[in-house]
Amino acid sequence: MEPIKLGLLHSRIRLEEKMLVQAIKQRDDVELVMLNTSHLVLDLASLPQVDVVLDREISQSRALHVLNALEQDGVKTVNSYAAARVGGDKVLTSKRLHNAGIPTPKVKIAFTRESALKAVEEMGYPVVLKPVDGSWGRLIAKIESRTAAEAILEHKSQLSSYYHEIFYLQEYVEKPDRDIRAFVIKDETICAAYRTSDHWLTNASLGSKTFNCPITPELNDLCVRATQAVGGEAIAVDLMETQDGFTVHEVNCAMEFKTSLQAVDIDIPKLLIDHCVKAAKQMRMGDQK
Amino acid sequence: MANCPECGTALEIGDDVMAHEIIECNACSVELEVVATNPAQVELAPEEEEDWGE
Repeated sequence: MEPIKLGLLHSRIRLEEKMLVQAIKQRDDVELVMLNTSHLVLDLASLPQVDVVLDREISQSRALHVLNALEQDGVKTVNSYAAARVGGDKVLTSKRLHNAGIPTPKVKIAFTRESALKAVEEMGYPVVLKPVDGSWGRLIAKIESRTAAEAILEHKSQLSSYYHEIFYLQEYVEKPDRDIRAFVIKDETICAAYRTSDHWLTNASLGSKTFNCPITPELNDLCVRATQAVGGEAIAVDLMETQDGFTVHEVNCAMEFKTSLQAVDIDIPKLLIDHCVKAAKQMRMGDQK
Repeated sequence: MANCPECGTALEIGDDVMAHEIIECNACSVELEVVATNPAQVELAPEEEEDWGE
């Protein structure tokens, strides 16, 4: 069989991408094709010839365009355009989780400052305001009073992007000083890590510390269901622990794992590449039938 | 040998550094992108954009 051509969609080479490249180089059945969106020009009539693409692009807009185009030409993508579209949008994600019956914080969406303020007052304080398409804990506000709500909503509405006037309001969940990041590939939660911080936000990008979190059947089941709910196959699921059990507050398609690797004894990059290659081979077999 | 475009410090860039890898200047902590290897060339890394994330 010809080597699988694996495209690594990216614009930055971080530690994670280096580890993925190393994992690819360990295999003799894979040819690495670097797809750097900072230099890539997509000729829609002649797209890069690859069997499978692993999305490691940090720009969600760029990733969506490339994934969509490649899928239309029969390229296997991990994750798919549809999953990346849902995972990159907190409104779509929350609705999918809710409809799948997965415990997730209550969410209200408003489109004007006035209606957002009304929603905040109805939800009660504190409440969390997030950008619809943000990441890494940016521009997330814990609103604890009407005065703060008025100020933050006004500031948000003055920002240049229209997206800041879509107000995603999330119930504030009381939790320990940690949350959980779990990694799902296909239908298995391969590992998970607690992320601890003195700050109420526990994003790794904000400097939280990690330690291993055992995978219980309940945790595995919930994370796999969350992955399926967004149509993903390689997903990082973020959960909080409440008095009533786990609640899923986020899913991440282009999963970041470097800080979690300090806590878990699982070779995440290798398993990600293994999955991509297996999926590409299955697709080839299907084409030959 | 490449120098930091921000502070001018000579950068130590290892053999295992890849093109488009992000490194940090030890002197001024600015993020740099290795735009070429052999010989190494660096530029200031792009500013974080609103749609960046995972």
